Amino acid sequence: MTGHPGGIPSQSDRALLLVVPATVFMLALFIYPFLYGLLLSFEPTQGGWLENYRKFFTTDNLWPTIWTTLRLAIPATLINVGLALPIAFKMRVKTRYQRLVTTILVVPITLGTVLIAEGMLTYFGPRGWLVQTLQFLHIYEGSIRLTHNYWGVLISLVISGFPFAFLLILSYITGIDPVLARAAATLGADAKAQFRHIYLPLLAPGLAICFCLAFVQSFSVFPSAVLLGAPAGPTRVISIAAYEAAFEQYDYSLASAIAMIMGFVQLIIVAAVLALRGLFYRGPVVGGKG
Amino acid sequence: MKQDFSELRLDRVTRRFATSSGETFIALNEVTLTIRRREFVALLGPSGCGKSTALNCIAGLLPPSGGTISLDQTRIDTVPPERRGFGMVFQNYALFPHMSVARNVGFGLRMRGVSQSEVDKRVADVLRMVQLSGQEQKLPGQLSGGQQQRVAIARAIVIEPPLVLMDEPLSNLDAKLRLETRSEIRRIHRELGRTTIYVTHDQDEALSLSDRIVVMIDGMVHQVGTPQEVYAEPSNIQVARFMGYRNVIELNVEREEGDRVILSGPDFPLTGTRKQALAGGRAQVAIRPEDITIGDGADTANTITARVDNIEYSGRDSLIEVLLPSRVRVYARSATPVKLGDTVRMHVPAARALVYPLQ
Repeated sequence: MTGHPGGIPSQSDRALLLVVPATVFMLALFIYPFLYGLLLSFEPTQGGWLENYRKFFTTDNLWPTIWTTLRLAIPATLINVGLALPIAFKMRVKTRYQRLVTTILVVPITLGTVLIAEGMLTYFGPRGWLVQTLQFLHIYEGSIRLTHNYWGVLISLVISGFPFAFLLILSYITGIDPVLARAAATLGADAKAQFRHIYLPLLAPGLAICFCLAFVQSFSVFPSAVLLGAPAGPTRVISIAAYEAAFEQYDYSLASAIAMIMGFVQLIIVAAVLALRGLFYRGPVVGGKG
Repeated sequence: MKQDFSELRLDRVTRRFATSSGETFIALNEVTLTIRRREFVALLGPSGCGKSTALNCIAGLLPPSGGTISLDQTRIDTVPPERRGFGMVFQNYALFPHMSVARNVGFGLRMRGVSQSEVDKRVADVLRMVQLSGQEQKLPGQLSGGQQQRVAIARAIVIEPPLVLMDEPLSNLDAKLRLETRSEIRRIHRELGRTTIYVTHDQDEALSLSDRIVVMIDGMVHQVGTPQEVYAEPSNIQVARFMGYRNVIELNVEREEGDRVILSGPDFPLTGTRKQALAGGRAQVAIRPEDITIGDGADTANTITARVDNIEYSGRDSLIEVLLPSRVRVYARSATPVKLGDTVRMHVPAARALVYPLQ
């Protein structure tokens, strides 16, 4: 924007000043720490500038953490989005139950991972209520282990991640003009066809965003992997590796490198999903004027 | 659903809604109506009169709270909309924003399992009919309002429905497009001969398009008739008011001679024509501004002299507002120029002063 003759700043020039606080905030709390970490990751305690990355990909208890984390994060994300979609679809019409069900489904957000982990240890543990109930009712009497292993962490990721996915998808679905589904009905589309041909294509871009957010949230799992998982083995996720490097070996440089790798993996998945999103229609989700 | 029928019957169809305050609102009150094959019927009424509710009940988008809807001998009010096979045009078009024009129009055919080559052919045919050839690959968002509405009409008629339902299809268009699309709808109806039910609050639209008009007020049918009947012979004072009888004057009944009624008031005596049985000494007279002529008429008895109080010029003629000595306002249309403050003589034929009981 060029200023007006006479040096009086135009309306839009002054409006740009409104961006300053957010820019400062981003620079101070996101860009600077990121660049600091990136540079730090190239200054290993010994060896060449890529030593940390070489070490990560050649050490047997480091590089497999990528897989371990993906093995948790991807199923958890798919379950969360896959479960939230049909439930949100059912909840799209305002009924007297909508508010109640929504409230119940959203409660886990307010709890926090540690509280959920505590609860799960008691409930799903070897002598927990779930096992006792199943045994009492003679439904299943074998041993069930749902804590201190892969399943414990996965369940906790679903409990804490589902409400986010649900709320996000619910807001996308309620944004779609219900007249479109009614128009489809008059043209011969039953409920299934309405979902497939109207709702799903219009929701696809939103589902992609929801998938990305849910994935990033699951990929950085830490407390539940420690409290509910087996942090030495099957649930040794990448954030545990970073934590150990930073606070047990005091190797901040290696920890930064692990954090960078973690970010890079997330970036690849998010970029792939967003590229897929580009294949779908994106635009207003109402059928005309008014 | 079968492809054609001889009549659609609504029998005491009622629809109640619960309001947020917990009360019940009756949107449709025991509506009984028969619509014959190939007819163009308008449901006409002010907003909130239940005309759209009636249409949605027929389409199957809203279950009636009572009564039955049947197509010949088959009851259809319990059949879901996707199995009724009626074509519907919505007020805001309801085009699928993610589908091209061709895919929007072909949607109903694809749902019926019609082969792709047949879909392409029929879509091309119907788009030619609504004059949208060449726009097949555009998204609805790239079209103008008038084009979008024509896509919506094409989408509804391409499935060759036995019944086409239109819910205020022109109300989002500007005045010029509205007239053009109106002619288009009339032409398409003439060419295809599909039974059409058309919901509108615009009396001009209803008069120019329909074979029959159903006037609805407060959830009830007040009159069913040809455009000429509804225009010239409103069945009651509410219909008269809605159909443009702008002058409604309360007068005393002196005597009745056949269907002629002699009335008197503070300003003038008047002879009118009775449209409903009168009771008591008072009555209401409804007169269209167009039916009043400025200047002396043949029947000097129905002549009033008054001062011009306001003039609204509208091209071919002007709407003139005169103030009678008793402060009653009378509206008249005049092609001859008059000036503010002029004293004019106005005449109304006894046949065009419609007398209704006081309500």
